[in-house]
Amino acid sequence: MKQKEIAALLNEPACKHNKKSKSGCARPKPGATAGGCAFDGAQIALLPIADAAHIVHGSIACAGSSWDNRGTRSSGPALYRIGMTTDLTEQDVIMGRGEKRLFHSIKQAIDTYHPAAVFVYNTCVPALIGDDIEAVCKAADGRWGVPVVPVDAAGFYGTKNLGNRIAGETMVKYVIGSREPDPIPAEAERDGIQVHDINLIGEYNIAGELWHMLPLFDELGLRVLCTLSGDARYHEVQSMHRAEVNMMVCSKAMINVARKLQEAYGTPWFEGSFYGVTDVSNALREFSRLIDDPDLARRTEKLIAREEQRIHTALAPWRKRLRGKRVLLYTGGVKSWSVISALQDLHMEVVATGTKKSTEEDKARIRELMGEDVNMLEDGNPRALLDLVYEQQVDILIAGGRNMYTALKARLPFLDINQEREFAYAGYQGMLELARQLVLTLESPVWDAARKAAPWDIKAGRTFSAGSTAPVNTTDDAIAVTGEA
Amino acid sequence: MPEIIKRNKALSVNPLKSSQTIGAALATLGFYRSIPMFHGSQGCTAFGKVFFVRHFREPIPLQTTAMDQISTVMGSDKNIIEGLHTICEKFKPSLIILPTTGLSETQGCDVKSAVTDFRKAYPQHHVVPVVPVSTPDYAGCLESGFAAATAAVIEALVPPADEAGTVPGRQARQVNVLVGSSLTPGDIETLKEMLEAFHLQPVIVPDLSDALDGHLSSEDFTPLTMGGTPVPLLRSLGDAVATLVIGRSMHKTADLLKQRTGVPDYRFDHLMTLEMVDDLLGTLSRLYAVPVPARFERQRAQLQDAMLDCHFMLGMKKIAIAADPDLLNALSHLMNGMGAEVVAAVASSHAPVLKQVASQKIKLGDLEDLEKLAAEGEAQLVIGNSHAVASAKRLGLPVLRAGFPQYDYLGGYQRRWIGYQGIRQTLFDLANIFLSHSHAKVIPYRSIYSQKHDHYSEEAGYVPATALENRRM
Repeated sequence: MKQKEIAALLNEPACKHNKKSKSGCARPKPGATAGGCAFDGAQIALLPIADAAHIVHGSIACAGSSWDNRGTRSSGPALYRIGMTTDLTEQDVIMGRGEKRLFHSIKQAIDTYHPAAVFVYNTCVPALIGDDIEAVCKAADGRWGVPVVPVDAAGFYGTKNLGNRIAGETMVKYVIGSREPDPIPAEAERDGIQVHDINLIGEYNIAGELWHMLPLFDELGLRVLCTLSGDARYHEVQSMHRAEVNMMVCSKAMINVARKLQEAYGTPWFEGSFYGVTDVSNALREFSRLIDDPDLARRTEKLIAREEQRIHTALAPWRKRLRGKRVLLYTGGVKSWSVISALQDLHMEVVATGTKKSTEEDKARIRELMGEDVNMLEDGNPRALLDLVYEQQVDILIAGGRNMYTALKARLPFLDINQEREFAYAGYQGMLELARQLVLTLESPVWDAARKAAPWDIKAGRTFSAGSTAPVNTTDDAIAVTGEA
Repeated sequence: MPEIIKRNKALSVNPLKSSQTIGAALATLGFYRSIPMFHGSQGCTAFGKVFFVRHFREPIPLQTTAMDQISTVMGSDKNIIEGLHTICEKFKPSLIILPTTGLSETQGCDVKSAVTDFRKAYPQHHVVPVVPVSTPDYAGCLESGFAAATAAVIEALVPPADEAGTVPGRQARQVNVLVGSSLTPGDIETLKEMLEAFHLQPVIVPDLSDALDGHLSSEDFTPLTMGGTPVPLLRSLGDAVATLVIGRSMHKTADLLKQRTGVPDYRFDHLMTLEMVDDLLGTLSRLYAVPVPARFERQRAQLQDAMLDCHFMLGMKKIAIAADPDLLNALSHLMNGMGAEVVAAVASSHAPVLKQVASQKIKLGDLEDLEKLAAEGEAQLVIGNSHAVASAKRLGLPVLRAGFPQYDYLGGYQRRWIGYQGIRQTLFDLANIFLSHSHAKVIPYRSIYSQKHDHYSEEAGYVPATALENRRM
């Protein structure tokens, strides 16, 4: 990919912060960078397309350490979970045999697995030695009659966020608009319900949480043409251009898809979240507002009223147990505000939130939810996180899986909110699971056991004390520990 | 305190309980060069033998007085005398334990007087101790039979201190350990290693780890136990500084030993939680004035870390356990300490320790009861013996094997449940079971408007046929 094209992707007019600093798309800083590369971002964004063969063109490290490690789920084919890589050897690199190997790899994938399409992800080594993957894909596409899509997102092009955009750009360029949607199945037609087509962009069906939302859409007569890309099929992506509304779910990552679809097809879009009762209801309302169907609006309100009442009743006992618990939220991007809303719905107190990958707009939303003097964490190194934990008497850290062990080593309850997680938190129903998981860790007896000094140590005054300022994160626990001395 | 629900049905379906007689045999197997001889019909022994052979995958010495119709009606003393003589003659054992069965108990046989008659008839065998123990199978369970046999051995072979000339504490490094039947040979090895790390000399009674640890010995065949507590050592139990008692089922046995020897004892219901292991190590450190070895500090910290890692999978999980009382108690506390809930607890028979079990109620019953309670309580995991595997299958639940017998699984006898490391491994195993049997999964939903042309298939793996249907339109 040319530098010019990368620059064009970084320049995203739909981003409100685009005119000023590009904090959401900032360059990585050597020696102080966490998070994935462009390849990582592109692969994450497209891998959930379940019936495609995903071939990573490169040496082993790229695919070898990343295949089948996401929590995204499929209701049908599991081809996306088959790890495929050209596994380039030294000889391939030296002799320039990468392209040839890729060509044969594509053939092998098609022969063995009969995929609906093949996605080829470029990586650093072939990008550097100049493999023309676009040409190879084109040749393969013509040869075997299966769409072969080049995703040119080598790691050194930039950050994960850029990779997401490259993935979106690739879909717009090669896939979307290449097929018309199926007619609406006759048996799904219901009297008096006008069916409207929508897309969910940036919904990855983590742990199957999309399936908490789909029944609601069905009830309202909203046909989800495609989720990009959770539980998606290739031919669904092809038909995305026919949606009446696009929703950007909890992610700015593929905002370019929404913008380009608006430019090309005039499809309005909005940004929303399926985390938290309030946000789910807001998202549903937004659909009916943009579609401008009064009957849909009426039915939407009815559904919201019913579902909210149901879930509030179901959440009541959990809220009692969670009320006032202090949370430190450390997660990137849109989740920095969408999850706040969900936690506030559970009557928890969010004392600070990470904003490392958040845009200016995300930050504005955070201020809306938490007030002007909110504690925003730009720097998420573990030391800083823990210091804040002690200072703010935090009860639980909510963050991505890679921060989990930081929390656990500090004997701090933790909830994993990132893509690797196993639990579905989206939708009204997901709130129950979220509440349950929060209570599970907060009320677990293991914390006392882990903070407890050995009886032969107590006399010597050796107990675990977290941090230099506050001994343990809650006063009760501090008493429990010292009380045995 | 849990509510204890007594048996309330006529039929026991898929029994959990193993007999006291079997328990007495197990205790016998923990003494060196010993053999149990069941006083009953030969079937009692044959079944017992198969039970242990399949569990330990070892040859098991076990004999029978082979009561037949005539001896059952006319008196079976002769069978005992003849049986003892034959064993002594052929094998020259160091110890014969003579557990009674339902048959001989019901018959009303006076085993003690029969043994007296044997001594008179065959004085040449006077060096072979013969210990009768009353273990009818219509009372108690394996656990109580084990304790009763151990008590009978102490009664017979540990003389009062003044008679034996022992003085508590004379052997400054000696520690006696009375272990209940809930400890596996692997557990006992763990315990020995712990004690040896304190530079102590443990005398384990009975020591299954020396006999049934599954080792190849230099002897090609022995009709007796290949290892275990050396019988002569029993005389010197009174010289120890302390006796450790593991398992509440051993309390009466411990009372007797203390009364005989005057050695103070320290009692632990189990060693399957951090707190209990802490307690044990702290006690040892105090008693023998030895600091807790550094390796245990490390293992303790490892366990704490594992508890945190595993609580995500084990927290709020609903567990069904069927076991003998001591083991049920231990497992209930292990699970409870991880934030899991024991929703179905079935004990094979009544015991005082059941009052300590961490569960709302305990059913004295069988595996049918377990199945019913597990279904009612929406259990997510079954812990029990190999028979419980079928129950778990019917319930559609994963299973962790614990207790007797484990005939469909290798190495169950060697599993280390206790100590920081044993607990840690159990937590990992449990958490892994839940990782591979996830219950929290959302059921795939297919939209009525869906454009997907494939059919729902489990994500178990890639099915090429499905992909064929997905070929480009």
